Amino acid sequence: MANRIPRVAVREQDPKVRATNFEEVCYGYNRDEAMLEASRCLHCKNPRCVNACPVNIQIPEFIAKVNEGDIEGAAAIIAADSSLPAVCGRVCPQETQCEGSCVLGVKGEPVAIGKLERFVADYMHLGDAAGSEAPVSASERPAIPLEGVQGMEKHDNAPANGVKVAVVGSGPAGLACASDLAKWGYDVTIFEALHKAGGVLEYGIPEFRLPKDKVLKHEIEEVKRLGVKIETDVIIGKTVTIDSLMDEEGFKAVFIGSGAGLPKFMNIPGENLCGVFSANEFLTRNNLMKAWREDYLTPIHAGKKVCVVGGGNVAMDAARTALRLGAEVHIIYRRTEAELPARKEEVHHAIEEGIIFDMLTNPVEVIGDEKGWVKSLKCIRMELGEPDESGRRSPVPVEGSEFEIETETVIMALGTSPNPMISRSTAGLETNRRGCLVADEKGATTRPGVFAGGDAVTGAATVILAMGAGRTAAKAIDDYIKAQS
Amino acid sequence: MFEILTKEMLTPIICRMKVFAPRLAAAAQPGQFLIVRADEKGERIPLTISDFNRKEGTVTIVTQKIGASSADIIAYEPGECFADVVGPLGLASEFVEMAPEQLKQQRYILIAGGLGTAPVYPQAKWLKEHGVPVDVIIGAKTKDLLIYTEEMRDVCDNLFICTDDGSEGFKGMGTNMLEHVVAEGHKYTQAVIIGPMIMMKFTTLTCKKLGIPAIVSLNTLMVDGTGMCGACRVSVGGKTRFACVEGPEFDGYEVDFDEAMRRQGQYKAEEAAANEHHVCKIGRGK
Repeated sequence: MANRIPRVAVREQDPKVRATNFEEVCYGYNRDEAMLEASRCLHCKNPRCVNACPVNIQIPEFIAKVNEGDIEGAAAIIAADSSLPAVCGRVCPQETQCEGSCVLGVKGEPVAIGKLERFVADYMHLGDAAGSEAPVSASERPAIPLEGVQGMEKHDNAPANGVKVAVVGSGPAGLACASDLAKWGYDVTIFEALHKAGGVLEYGIPEFRLPKDKVLKHEIEEVKRLGVKIETDVIIGKTVTIDSLMDEEGFKAVFIGSGAGLPKFMNIPGENLCGVFSANEFLTRNNLMKAWREDYLTPIHAGKKVCVVGGGNVAMDAARTALRLGAEVHIIYRRTEAELPARKEEVHHAIEEGIIFDMLTNPVEVIGDEKGWVKSLKCIRMELGEPDESGRRSPVPVEGSEFEIETETVIMALGTSPNPMISRSTAGLETNRRGCLVADEKGATTRPGVFAGGDAVTGAATVILAMGAGRTAAKAIDDYIKAQS
Repeated sequence: MFEILTKEMLTPIICRMKVFAPRLAAAAQPGQFLIVRADEKGERIPLTISDFNRKEGTVTIVTQKIGASSADIIAYEPGECFADVVGPLGLASEFVEMAPEQLKQQRYILIAGGLGTAPVYPQAKWLKEHGVPVDVIIGAKTKDLLIYTEEMRDVCDNLFICTDDGSEGFKGMGTNMLEHVVAEGHKYTQAVIIGPMIMMKFTTLTCKKLGIPAIVSLNTLMVDGTGMCGACRVSVGGKTRFACVEGPEFDGYEVDFDEAMRRQGQYKAEEAAANEHHVCKIGRGK
């Protein structure tokens, strides 16, 4: 069946303008645009999009409600499966999940499921201002009173059962797990090591992709409204241990969603020179500590020219942040553009904004000046050889092709691994070779009553996969506690 | 929120505060540190824990006015609250984990420079409580900058005080004092040096000359303090280590102090600019 309406284009900030500010890149749909886009859904009998969604949102149902103009109805359908729709609508890799399996995508363009999800979430929070282009800076933006939000005041939680469950980490896995457990009547406390809840959504993903005050803060308030308590400034493994939570504080089960927070470096000479940063440091300074704002005290250093090493979403985020701080930015990646692990949309945005991509290039040494600061990055040209086990053609150095790129700053965005703080301080909790917690498909770890999910188990992955793991573990925790009593 | 219970100025620029942080106090050990963020717009500042009281649920911090952020901390008064106090961070001192029979054979010399005297205090206190012989050297530029001299007397066997200008105690630096004390016949199996990076570098060299193993406590740059940012990386024995989770104490003989000092000053230009006048950071590189 042919669909005659083309996918409704989403409005975005002009690349030249947005390269100089931290406002959100994409404006999102307004109500009219969303309703038009929603009319494109074919409402398949066996919707492949739902299966492709890690939290199985009832996608055709919510889109039908949008089509009718019943946005509150759409929000209620999404809320049954996702506690962070405004976040997921923005940062999920829809092209490989829901939209990637949309039947319309076979011959044309799939339904813009992500943008619709985002619209529904934004509309519930901002009303008709959702999708508007009004430039309101984060500092001027008035706080939205939660009481004024329609349709989301009441949650039909099960009656409180008085059973305490602890959740370690307030990132996507922890928030999803805590939300489900709270809905089922559990007394849930999330422990967060940093001073703000949100995990990678707060410290990692920049304001221009995920506005903190406008979007993230609101979604976390929604989780709190379910009855979930969030205690910040508590480092599990340091401030308290899993054992003391269970033995002394009466928590019957623990979910560990502590993420993959440890940065990787290349182990090449010169990596400890001044001006070499992990993407984690650079982004945490900018996002969590708001270093880009003059009224915040935390410093950040970009300089005139920045080389970002790596090709994932984090590399794109670091590069586009450095660009906004005024630098000329190069992405240094050892394969070609086709192999970049970052989302297509992010790469596209980065190119539009003027990021320079130096492909088939691999750093071999950071060269410093007499004061110990970065002067240049020595790289070698690469070529693609035979496919490796991941199916990607592995890059091979071209002998004798070394050259230097002059640069002031080098940012290493090579991936992250789980923090060993919890596994080392908890007896009976096994980890694998990569330092990831060992857990079965339901999230049960090697220690009874302790469950885990998200990047802490899989290594660095996506927000939505972490949420899915959090929900799966919530179910397993519910089963475990019911079996105990 | 973390309430400040008491505040004293130990010198015109060094301030001691007792803060209510019961979870932290219950877990703290000598050698560990914490992070304070005074308010929403403040930096996360790593500070050493200079005492803790599990019963009261308090931790004691000592801050010296250096830049805008430390001045902000010092401006707080009893009854007010810091937005965040988190920890304990880093590993406890090596002796905390030592077997009693091994500990019995030790003779410690703790060498404190300036503000570093504050974190030396809980170490001396712990050793004294566990019956381990411990002497302390406190060094400062001048008499007015000496801190913790009275408190320290109660928690060590011999206290040696030195000032660069001779205004109190021995005239000379900690290195000279150490050589003097050893020449007098005092013998030590282990030195612990805490103070400015440059002082730790030279005191380590003196220890090496005297054949005393030296542990140093590195006050590197940090953001989160949990291993996430890597701002604290130091070269120890040619290997990169994270001071926040693998330290802050390392074998002084193995630390690349010159690199550590350079890295510590990485944001000096940005901080100077911020202290002088507010500059918009967007587009600053151009």
